[in-house]
Amino acid sequence: MNLLPAEATALLYLVVAVCFILALKGLSSPRTARRGNLIGAAGAALAVVTVFLSVRLENVLAILVAVVVGALIAAPIARRVQMTQMPQLVALFNGVGGGAAALVAILELTAHDDAWVRAAVVFTLVVGAVSFAGSGVTVAKLQELMTTRPVIFGGMRWVMTAVVVLLLVAAALVTVTGDLVWATVLLLLGLAGGVLLVLPVGGADVPIVISLLNAFTGLAVAASGVVLDNVLLLVAGTLVGASGTILTRAMAAAMGRGVAGILFGAFRGGSTAGAGTVSERPVRSSGPEDVAVMLGFAQRVVIVPGYGLAVSQGQHTIAELADALEARGVEVSFAIHPVAGRMPGHMNVLLAEANVPYESLREMAEVNPELRNMDVALVVGANDVVNPAAKTSPGSPIYGMPILEVADSQQVVFLKRSMRPGFAGIENELLYSPKTTLLFGDAKDSLTRVLGAVKAL
Amino acid sequence: MDLPSLLTVVVLAVFVGFEVVSKVTSTLHTPLMSGANAIHGIILIGAILVAGQATELLPLGLALFAVLLATVNLVGGFVVTDRMLHMFRGRNQPGTSDRKHDA
Repeated sequence: MNLLPAEATALLYLVVAVCFILALKGLSSPRTARRGNLIGAAGAALAVVTVFLSVRLENVLAILVAVVVGALIAAPIARRVQMTQMPQLVALFNGVGGGAAALVAILELTAHDDAWVRAAVVFTLVVGAVSFAGSGVTVAKLQELMTTRPVIFGGMRWVMTAVVVLLLVAAALVTVTGDLVWATVLLLLGLAGGVLLVLPVGGADVPIVISLLNAFTGLAVAASGVVLDNVLLLVAGTLVGASGTILTRAMAAAMGRGVAGILFGAFRGGSTAGAGTVSERPVRSSGPEDVAVMLGFAQRVVIVPGYGLAVSQGQHTIAELADALEARGVEVSFAIHPVAGRMPGHMNVLLAEANVPYESLREMAEVNPELRNMDVALVVGANDVVNPAAKTSPGSPIYGMPILEVADSQQVVFLKRSMRPGFAGIENELLYSPKTTLLFGDAKDSLTRVLGAVKAL
Repeated sequence: MDLPSLLTVVVLAVFVGFEVVSKVTSTLHTPLMSGANAIHGIILIGAILVAGQATELLPLGLALFAVLLATVNLVGGFVVTDRMLHMFRGRNQPGTSDRKHDA
């Protein structure tokens, strides 16, 4: 096989890096986003071709088989998985990337005598392992293979401290000696650290964790670029690390809390309050016909979707309901809380799947001042993002989180499965307000019945 | 690479990352995460380089496993992002419905 000169390889990698930047840049508008992503994918393909031509490699056949098998596993899953399971899938892909980075690091350890490069090996190893294990726990939480509530056990603080101290000791030892046994210990400690990092995080905060671990994998890949002396890995990893950091911080700001508060908040005991108990207080519930009348004879309706909509797969029904209302002359808009769902922008993807034009989706800051002009706010499967406790009760774990102020609307309708509190486990006073009506049931069933009643008006 | 050039590349990449991402609309935050996720799948070329230099069985096996994981990240990431973005369309772009094969 003809090998490329080093200069040509470097230039091709530069082209790939530019493709990746264009891929991210394309996301500034839905019009250019898809083309950007295809440019990114083309860049990735170019990078893979380039690496085979850049140096003489052994085991080429085995490598190609591994690539083909990987692609054959990933593509069908990525194509078939349901939109509601998208957060798990993104977390899963992120985790395997982190795992790959950690493996690359440990395999490269013995090839380097320079302590400085070994420090990069150690960084890649630890951060990749944390990302792999942390993403694993995230997937388990989202897929409800385990409890979605924060998991804390007695002495967890001490276990965490011990793991961090041991990790630092092992990291120093590996950096100085390059010993493979200690590197394996370090790998295991990194995995334990990843698990311990994500266990105490409650379900509602999972979007932040996915975004954070994504940034982690980016940083691990960047460090692996130092290890392998490869500029493309360095640039691509740094890009992802930087963008993941921005996104994480933007989301934390949308929840009114710092990233540290989200990760370690459970240790202050707040987020276990409520404990999923069913309240006995009286509420006003009504049937789909009453809700249909409220909606059908309103002038302005705002729909607030939440995770419950995703779970029930009700996105197409809600789009139909919006169409039916608009056909009656009702002005319908969707108010999207930045952390509604289990992934940043989750509701946007879900409604896009149902062909709701993205212009109808309004951001929180934009829509909040207008909520007082709304005749009806229809809250579908959302709870914490409209919970006034975020403003009124300083002891609440969501205190300080900006909310969609649906209480300002003339009337509020909640479609809820039951009176159980939301993912964060906090009581919502708005449910007991005199302007609130509840319709119990699975979101999609309720929407179907309301839609039928609206059409019959 | 020597330290000054390394730092130059990193610092510039950080700024480009910040600059590019701060312009992304919140509507596209999920595809952003998914797209960035796909990009770090480029660790695949690192895994290929390591696998291509492995001579013993255990390191080779581990390296090939890394190649497999990285490919899942890279291919899956771009495919799923494309699928998501395919669904975003405005009022004036009716496009093809995604409901048929995504239902």
